[in-house]
Amino acid sequence: MSMTPAAGIGFKPPHFDAAMRSRASGLWFEVHPENYMVDGGPRLAMLDALAERFPLSLHGVSLSLAAADLPDATQLRRLRVLIDRIRPVLVSEHMAWSAWGGRYIPDLLPFPRTHEALEHLVRNVTHTQERLGRRISLENPSHYLRLEGHDWSETDFLAELARRSGCGLLLDINNVYVSAHNLGHDPLDYLDAFPLPAVTEIHLAGHAADDNDATLLIDSHDSAVADSVWSLYDHVLLRGGARPTLIERDGDVPSFATLLTERDRAHALLDVERVAA
Amino acid sequence: MSALARFQAGFAHALHGDVATFAAANQAAFAVYRNTALRACLDALEANYPAVACLVGREWFRAAAAIYVSQSPPRDPRLSDYGDTFASFLAAFEPAGELPYLADVARLDRLWSESLVAADAVTLTAATMVTLEPDAIASLRLRVHPATRSFTSSQPAVSIWEASRAGIAVDAGLVWRAESAIVTRVDHGVRIAPLDVAAVHLLATIDAGASLADAAQSTLSHSPDARIDLLLADLLQAGAFAT
Repeated sequence: MSMTPAAGIGFKPPHFDAAMRSRASGLWFEVHPENYMVDGGPRLAMLDALAERFPLSLHGVSLSLAAADLPDATQLRRLRVLIDRIRPVLVSEHMAWSAWGGRYIPDLLPFPRTHEALEHLVRNVTHTQERLGRRISLENPSHYLRLEGHDWSETDFLAELARRSGCGLLLDINNVYVSAHNLGHDPLDYLDAFPLPAVTEIHLAGHAADDNDATLLIDSHDSAVADSVWSLYDHVLLRGGARPTLIERDGDVPSFATLLTERDRAHALLDVERVAA
Repeated sequence: MSALARFQAGFAHALHGDVATFAAANQAAFAVYRNTALRACLDALEANYPAVACLVGREWFRAAAAIYVSQSPPRDPRLSDYGDTFASFLAAFEPAGELPYLADVARLDRLWSESLVAADAVTLTAATMVTLEPDAIASLRLRVHPATRSFTSSQPAVSIWEASRAGIAVDAGLVWRAESAIVTRVDHGVRIAPLDVAAVHLLATIDAGASLADAAQSTLSHSPDARIDLLLADLLQAGAFAT
């Protein structure tokens, strides 16, 4: 997939039949591996069938790489088993933490980008890549809080993490937009400072105003990709060239055909980039 | 403790309400994290216990589930497996006292989930069994399919579960009696079928490693009127065993 970047869709089990019938060129799918870490049964069989027909990407949400502790050994083993089974073209995780004191907090939590945090992340990513026997990519987070004590800008921090651990980066442009809005900076400045050569995948998704605080934007994945995010995507393609791009949708999931139309828009933009290149 | 570990501890405590010592938690936006984490847990429990949620209604379910989450937060990121102790929580949950069958319905929801993700194996059919010599059958040690579970309740929890899972009101003609069932996975679908309590005993004895003859004898000592051949046929029909 790195040779000919194409656009994909976050896979939803109700879309399985429509997905298997699709003839869209270059189509690929992404799943959360946590949903398929099971011994057997129909869910895993469905993933096997999907993997036989399409390139797949595993996008984890639970390794808790930005934590003081190493990622959980059992969870790494389960991920390795799934990687060996379905042979994904991409494996990614988040620059966030979610495990603490033996508990799993189902969210992607922030941290101050200190020199010490970078040491922990480099160690955790390196350890993960060793255990998985492959390179992974880390996604830039959505921000809601103003945290004190950063030693690094996020873009420099990501660049240094990629340089020292050898990991790739997953650029989530909706997260860039949401964070810029919530923290009050310019998303174009952020993108212009982003280490684009390390980017192995791009995410596009929808966002929404928070129910309790309308001044906040939430990375809700429950609507179509916003026009503002599409224009940032254009900007990234012009500056960094084509990259595999995913349309993520987790709430208010429309028909497969509707998602495919959104995906085709990204795919067409990638085609233009390829021809230009 | 590293500064990152201290930050994580402060954040985690603040998520559970202790905001005094964690400055960032005083920002309005901190609620986003608290809401997201709790909602994910409640959504998972609601998805994992659909018959319970249908019986008690969404609002009651989520209020009870929130108490469960505070007592038994997830320890495993596979949230489709979250809530293994939810049935025993409900059994001891005082506001659920008026619904004495609720914990058993929850147990059946849980068995359904366990069966769905259990390891794959080829189901043993009656056709294979009949090719065996009668003597060979007696000494046979059958292997219970990894996706098979059995269930007994002192109440009509199977009928109530079935109606709830289908989203319909429990029939007025419901007979109040003990019920038992077998949970199996056939053709990639989980099936729950009523099963005689003597067959539940037969299955449990086989699963503990007894030969068919010993399992039959043990079952007859509990249920002298049992027809072992019919019970075995029921179990085979349900897809209880693996080759």
